[in-house]
Amino acid sequence: MNAPRTLYEKIWDAHVVERRDDGTCLIFIDRHLVHEVTSPQAFEGLRVAGRRVRRPDLTLAVPDHNLPTTPRVDAAGHRLPIADAESAQQLAALERNAPEFGIRYIDATAPEQGIVHVVGPEQGFSLPGATIVCGDSHTSCHGGLGALAFGIGTSEVEHVLATQTLLLSPSKTMEVRVDGTLGFGVSPKDVVLAIIGRIGAAGGTGHVIEYTGSVFRDMSVEGRLTVSNMSIEGGARAGLVAPDETTFAYLKGRPMAPAGQDWDAAVAWWRTLATDPGARYDKVVVLDAADIAPSLTWGTSPEDVVPITGVVPDPESFADPSKQEAARKSLAYMGLTPGTRMQDVAVENIFIGSCTNSRIEDLRAAAAVARGRRVASNVRQALIVPGSGLVKRQAEAEGLDRIFIEAGFQWREPGCSMCLAMNPDKVPSGERCASTSNRNFVGRQGPGARTHLLSPAMAAAAAVTGRLTDVRDLVGGSA
Amino acid sequence: MDPITTVEGRAYPLGRKNVDTDVIIPAHYLKTITRAGLGRGAFETIRAEPGNVFDDPDYAGAPILIAGDNFGCGSSREHAAWALGDMGVKAVIAPSFSDIFSGNAFKNGIVTVVLPQEAVDRLLEVAKDHPITVDLESRTVTTPFQDRFVFEIDPFRRDCLMQGLDEIGLTLARDAAISAYEARIAGERPWLAAKAG
Ligand code: SF4
Repeated sequence: MNAPRTLYEKIWDAHVVERRDDGTCLIFIDRHLVHEVTSPQAFEGLRVAGRRVRRPDLTLAVPDHNLPTTPRVDAAGHRLPIADAESAQQLAALERNAPEFGIRYIDATAPEQGIVHVVGPEQGFSLPGATIVCGDSHTSCHGGLGALAFGIGTSEVEHVLATQTLLLSPSKTMEVRVDGTLGFGVSPKDVVLAIIGRIGAAGGTGHVIEYTGSVFRDMSVEGRLTVSNMSIEGGARAGLVAPDETTFAYLKGRPMAPAGQDWDAAVAWWRTLATDPGARYDKVVVLDAADIAPSLTWGTSPEDVVPITGVVPDPESFADPSKQEAARKSLAYMGLTPGTRMQDVAVENIFIGSCTNSRIEDLRAAAAVARGRRVASNVRQALIVPGSGLVKRQAEAEGLDRIFIEAGFQWREPGCSMCLAMNPDKVPSGERCASTSNRNFVGRQGPGARTHLLSPAMAAAAAVTGRLTDVRDLVGGSA
Repeated sequence: MDPITTVEGRAYPLGRKNVDTDVIIPAHYLKTITRAGLGRGAFETIRAEPGNVFDDPDYAGAPILIAGDNFGCGSSREHAAWALGDMGVKAVIAPSFSDIFSGNAFKNGIVTVVLPQEAVDRLLEVAKDHPITVDLESRTVTTPFQDRFVFEIDPFRRDCLMQGLDEIGLTLARDAAISAYEARIAGERPWLAAKAG
């Protein structure tokens, strides 16, 4: 009888090509996603060394970070050039490299184009129990399907392209269990913010998190992707939610997902992956769903989390002197004074998008708040950036685009956009943004930009009031 | 990669916690398609602060950087390691590193040295005016004042760094094992072969 194993251990064991004496393993990679920012130097390396891509069939490339979110083709259907020369050059490099190395490529103007972490699950390219990598830290996102998915650097991208493997040491495991029922207006984003607020931005370092408990069992796949996406903000390299009927229903019939007999065989294997009773995690963190309120960040680390009903904290209130110092710096950068009610803070920019919160459910949640309301006059830009062309089409089929446009939002083409400001979508210096993205680092949304991370519904609420707002006050219901 | 045994010289006494990859190299420098030249964008936001260590002539060209907890957190961008390498940094000392950053650093021949906070505090003090030495052979960090801090490092990484080995070449030599794994999985989990879509 084998010892009980966790979900992580089962996936790991199923991908060991070779185990070395020191415990590191050569791990086979089932799926490799490639985008334009972290791949040029990897392809350059292959070319210089005369190496080929070992498994182009397991590799999928799509541009996302640099693409402008304004229309990409003119009225006659001709592709419009990208104004920024360096962005255009990175895109051109991927367009050259993908065919040269025989990799499937989703073109910038294809309806399937989108943020790599939205496209993978949506196409059924990302699968439960698979090892998935991408030169992007938010690859942790795909763990929402029960895949062991993590970000890698460009040298590792090159390594995977050349060998379809990575040399890895096993991680420790951390269970984050949330039981109970989420209150009215509390979304998956609030859950993950609460978790990071609890464990800290380095709390998961060296660990892979498995999210367990009724909150995740009851959560949609979209919500699980949101939670797993931000595992990296808690320091963990990957997050996992055990695949279940919800996962299978989500994947069935997706273009690249197994079909027919293959589907049945796949589901049968996926069902064996759940953590065995009695398996042990290296660390266990437990939260009560009832304690989680609609939340947001006040500082420049994703651990700087406060409920929307809260106030800007006093740096002196932190026990750790270096945290006090960090909080003072954060507040100076953010232009906030301790004791200010979060709900009294005005915002000039709204960003609803990013691989954390740009799927159809996110847009529905935002539209439910925006419906019949107007973006406040002090808000200078309010962007809705769907995660993929398919999300955009779905939203348009449901009439969500009209709700947003009538309310005064801008309805954009898919891409990373204001999440990291590599394309023209930026928050002006010194201005504040209510953002559904995942990072509130200094300068992340543009030099001098002040970011508050929150859920799509909360971002929409901030848009229509012009200040950080408790969404529950707008849409009624009780907390 | 150049083999590396000892890194000796001045060290930037940065000391801060949670220095993220956006601080090491801001996103607007990520548009390059080559590895060289990123040093000019390194620590741009810190360099905007008067009196910062990076523009202090005392430390110009220092091969070592000393930082606080969780150095290199944030994105997986290897540009952070390239930028440090381009500045001439060959070793970073901190109480902890983000996993991805330390992997990237290693692959670019930069040693990440984990030491307890007390040791890092002492080194920050010494580094203000004196050189320090990181030695892979003895796994120690030493100062001109008899300080000697022993650190742990993965033996495989240490070997690779000391011999300047190319990791891809090492793995390609395991081709037979990879092919055997692929053949086995093609039988056990045939549905894993990606569909055309
Ligand atoms: S949306 Fe943001 S976090 Fe996600 S892949 Fe793009 S830049 Fe990275």
